[in-house]
Amino acid sequence: MRLHAPESTVTFTFDGRKLKGVPGEPVSAALLANGIKLVARSFKYHRPRGVMSAGSEEQNALVTVGHGAQAEPNLRATTLEVSEGLEVSSQNAWPSLRYDALAVNDLVSPFLAAGFYYKTFMWPRSFWEKLYEPVIRRAAGLGALSGQTNPDTYEKAFAFCDVLVIGAGPAGLMAALTAGRAGADVILADEDTAMGGRLLREREDVDGKPAGAWVTEALAELDAMPNVRRMTRTTVTGAYDQGTYGAVERLGGAPSADKPIECFWRIVAKRAILCAGALERPIAFPNNDRPGIMMASAVRAYVNRWGVVPGKRVTIFGNNDDAHRTAADLVAAGIKVAAVIDSRDDADISGDYPIYTGAQVIATKGRHALQSITISHNGGTRTIQTDCLAMSGGWNLTVHLTCHMNGRPKWREDIASFVPTPESIPGMVTAGACNGSFDTAACLAEGAAVAAEIADDFGLNAKATVPAADHTAYSVTPLWAVPGKGRKWIDFQNDVHVKDIKLAAQENFRSVEHMKRYTTQGMAPDQGKSSNVVALAVLADATGRGIPETGTTTFRPPYVPVSIAAMGAGSQGKGFAPERFTTSHKATVARDAPMIEAGLWYRPSYFPQKGETHWQQSCDREVGYVRNAVGVCDVSTLGKIDIQGPDAAALLDFVYTNMFSTVKVGRVRYGLMLREDGHVMDDGTTARLGEQHFVMTTTTAAAGLVMRHLEFVLQVLRPDLDAKVISITEQWAQFAVAGPQARALLNTVLDQELNDESWPFMACGEVSVAGVSGRLFRISFSGEHAYEVAVPSRYGDNLFRMLTAQAEVMGGGPYGMEALNVLRIEKGFITHAEIHGRTTAFDIGMARMISAKKDCIGKSAAARPGLLGEGRQQLVGLRAKGRDHALTAGAHLFERQAAAIRVNSQGYTTSVCYSPTLKTHLALGFLENGRARHGEVIKLRDHLRDITEEVEVCDPVFFDPTGGRARG
Amino acid sequence: MRITCPNCGERDRREFYYQGDALALGRPADDAGLDDWDDYLHNRDNPAGDTRDLWFHEAGCGAWLVVERNTVTHAVHAATLAEKVKR
Repeated sequence: MRLHAPESTVTFTFDGRKLKGVPGEPVSAALLANGIKLVARSFKYHRPRGVMSAGSEEQNALVTVGHGAQAEPNLRATTLEVSEGLEVSSQNAWPSLRYDALAVNDLVSPFLAAGFYYKTFMWPRSFWEKLYEPVIRRAAGLGALSGQTNPDTYEKAFAFCDVLVIGAGPAGLMAALTAGRAGADVILADEDTAMGGRLLREREDVDGKPAGAWVTEALAELDAMPNVRRMTRTTVTGAYDQGTYGAVERLGGAPSADKPIECFWRIVAKRAILCAGALERPIAFPNNDRPGIMMASAVRAYVNRWGVVPGKRVTIFGNNDDAHRTAADLVAAGIKVAAVIDSRDDADISGDYPIYTGAQVIATKGRHALQSITISHNGGTRTIQTDCLAMSGGWNLTVHLTCHMNGRPKWREDIASFVPTPESIPGMVTAGACNGSFDTAACLAEGAAVAAEIADDFGLNAKATVPAADHTAYSVTPLWAVPGKGRKWIDFQNDVHVKDIKLAAQENFRSVEHMKRYTTQGMAPDQGKSSNVVALAVLADATGRGIPETGTTTFRPPYVPVSIAAMGAGSQGKGFAPERFTTSHKATVARDAPMIEAGLWYRPSYFPQKGETHWQQSCDREVGYVRNAVGVCDVSTLGKIDIQGPDAAALLDFVYTNMFSTVKVGRVRYGLMLREDGHVMDDGTTARLGEQHFVMTTTTAAAGLVMRHLEFVLQVLRPDLDAKVISITEQWAQFAVAGPQARALLNTVLDQELNDESWPFMACGEVSVAGVSGRLFRISFSGEHAYEVAVPSRYGDNLFRMLTAQAEVMGGGPYGMEALNVLRIEKGFITHAEIHGRTTAFDIGMARMISAKKDCIGKSAAARPGLLGEGRQQLVGLRAKGRDHALTAGAHLFERQAAAIRVNSQGYTTSVCYSPTLKTHLALGFLENGRARHGEVIKLRDHLRDITEEVEVCDPVFFDPTGGRARG
Repeated sequence: MRITCPNCGERDRREFYYQGDALALGRPADDAGLDDWDDYLHNRDNPAGDTRDLWFHEAGCGAWLVVERNTVTHAVHAATLAEKVKR
């Protein structure tokens, strides 16, 4: 029922039933207006539950919105906005909300007390995983995920400001106004759809006018300031280092492709003012969870802000002065107040309704909605008919954010609440109710004062002008749990009641952290916002300690649940990682080459041709191109680093094991790079283009690592060296042209003729490629007569097409990664499969490359005991004994007669291939003392793929061991 | 977490690559002996309090920085160019 007919309505559904609601109001308000009290089933006992609050602290009214892949479970009906066509469903009930089969749990609840499954399901042990856990998981729970990919849009963003004001109640509005007027760059964030906080929910005056009118004026003034940003529907969820705050913004309304559902913000603020207010807490009395029993402040909010009547005969149960506003507001709205029950004997109240002081609610009735309550009063009991009970156990300050960096709140007896410890978060101050100042006048004054102080620190001129407002003092006498029998709920969301907490204490889980984990109190999505203080008060009582000694559990971010989709926004699918494409990508894809990932790069696996049904056929053909004619391969993904300066050669001498200062201009040298701990980091060739100018190539995988390493050496270890490095990987397109016809092919595109004298093996220099200045390197990763030709990236696509077309004329063509791999294995060339981080120069047979004439990175550590000698597993070649017997990488190596068990393992394989050149299966691997064992037959065993093969140990260079083909 | 790069100003920690203790600045001589090299390569304190470590402004100016910070309070006290510290 509503107080007034609304101006406009929309239609939404709840469990399929069409209902009218006011656009923008919370679903909880619309449900109450439609007389719907039963909204949800509880987590563990499936008890009927209704709307309890009017904010993000809601414990009961969790619902699912939408259906199918877009279904979103566990949304709070109190913060969910009504919109046309909104589809709302109840959760955790089957077959229906009204007749829930698992409500049987409630009947057997004496057997399901806290910790029951720790005790009950211990035996037999094997039953836990297969039977008990699945059954328990199905029985208990909240909403379910669809299991499908969510097509909705989410976003994340950064923001920066001088002052972040968290909460836009009276304190927050005043703080934003004061800081804004002084000229500070302000962000004002509030989780509600409209700003004003309790000023929108109470009947009172500010500055001589209704509070709502004052809020409207204040917001208009803020909106007129270019230095103030207002963020509604934005909950600040966490306080982090150096003034960084997390916040989740719900954008409201129907989502679309360009309008995300949520945005996760990282707000960096020089200073912050926390004006988060306070949350009203429930009282634990028997069956205090029936639909219709609500927080008193929520009842006022529904009546005053949304004009919704939560009940026809309302009763009020409280322990503080604040509760009585409720009766006055209801009377003013023309709603019947059936009784006011104040637990305090000395409560000084009056009103035109029955008042019971020193009284308590001891029982309630009504299965799906409250029907009556029973109170104890003056030694007797009395039953009162009521359909809505507004309860108030006092207020808990919203101190959460002040505790996110190890801060511990302090107990303040006079207001029976924890209060923030000042300076718990560097740069953040608190003002208003979250600081323990409850009346509106104090909130306004504090907000203005702290903002003026901050503005002053920024050297801005601020005036703290504060409007007149209500300054009624708040008085509370704690009442945590009503004595007597029956289940008195504390954590409604996780179904924890007073007896569970007492049981925890009795079983010696006396620490508040242990109690929490034993009972699960405070572990639901609301993280115990409303229940923590009551729970620890009951625990304090049960253990004979005070509340301050009992203490609180740790408050951790986020303050409200944040969708993982929002935090990971943009990182799904293609957004997960950038894709890097070479200049030959289009031409390669046009040839139907399957692409494989190499780091972020995409490279062709092989280039299929008509009639080929298996990649091996394509690979064998492409290997043949290189061995017999000519092949072309894009090698632009290799890291290219330009190194210049008077000490460029000295830098290379220091980072490579071998000497580079002796390389002549116009020549290339292979270099080996170690980590400082003596293990191999990377390898590659470096060309000397000038006296002070080198171009280094790295492996594709280690390009970033090597770049960082060179900067480390130049800045951290050897700032005395005068040299500069810069990555030019993206700037040059580079192609390997390999095979007996390589020179003939290049001579068709180069503007000068190549010959052995001008371009001997390992020569490099400038060339003109079809009129374009390029670079040519006579290097080989295949063992054939080969070159790498480089042109500026914009010419890459053209050059690739020219080279491949010409290669095809000459009986060759492009080759992919599979063929490249076979070619290099046949030659025993290493990749990161071999230099995987645990191998040394000695292991790969390159110990002699560590120059004795100079120091270099990793030289000292490489000489340590244990890194040299027979005990090391050394690089070897392995040849399958049988022709059709494929070898596998990752298999272990054993002596022929030894059992294939871990302790007998003497090594492992790293790379394997079928060699069409040698017509046999080959492998590279590491074998204990392997270099001395060439010729020995050993056993290869792959437990994973169940393969056992005999292999012959040999030199890792299987093909053309003298290297004549590359030089010729 | 935010670090003030001497070249670029205050930046989010996501722009930086973390390396480890700044004692990496004091590379031993090649003949310093096993113990010195062992200390340099492997032995690190794990203080609850002030630390000095190396960060690389990889998504920024490419400077290696010595960052002084506190592992308990998370305060970042200073960030200095590593090449300045080394000199």
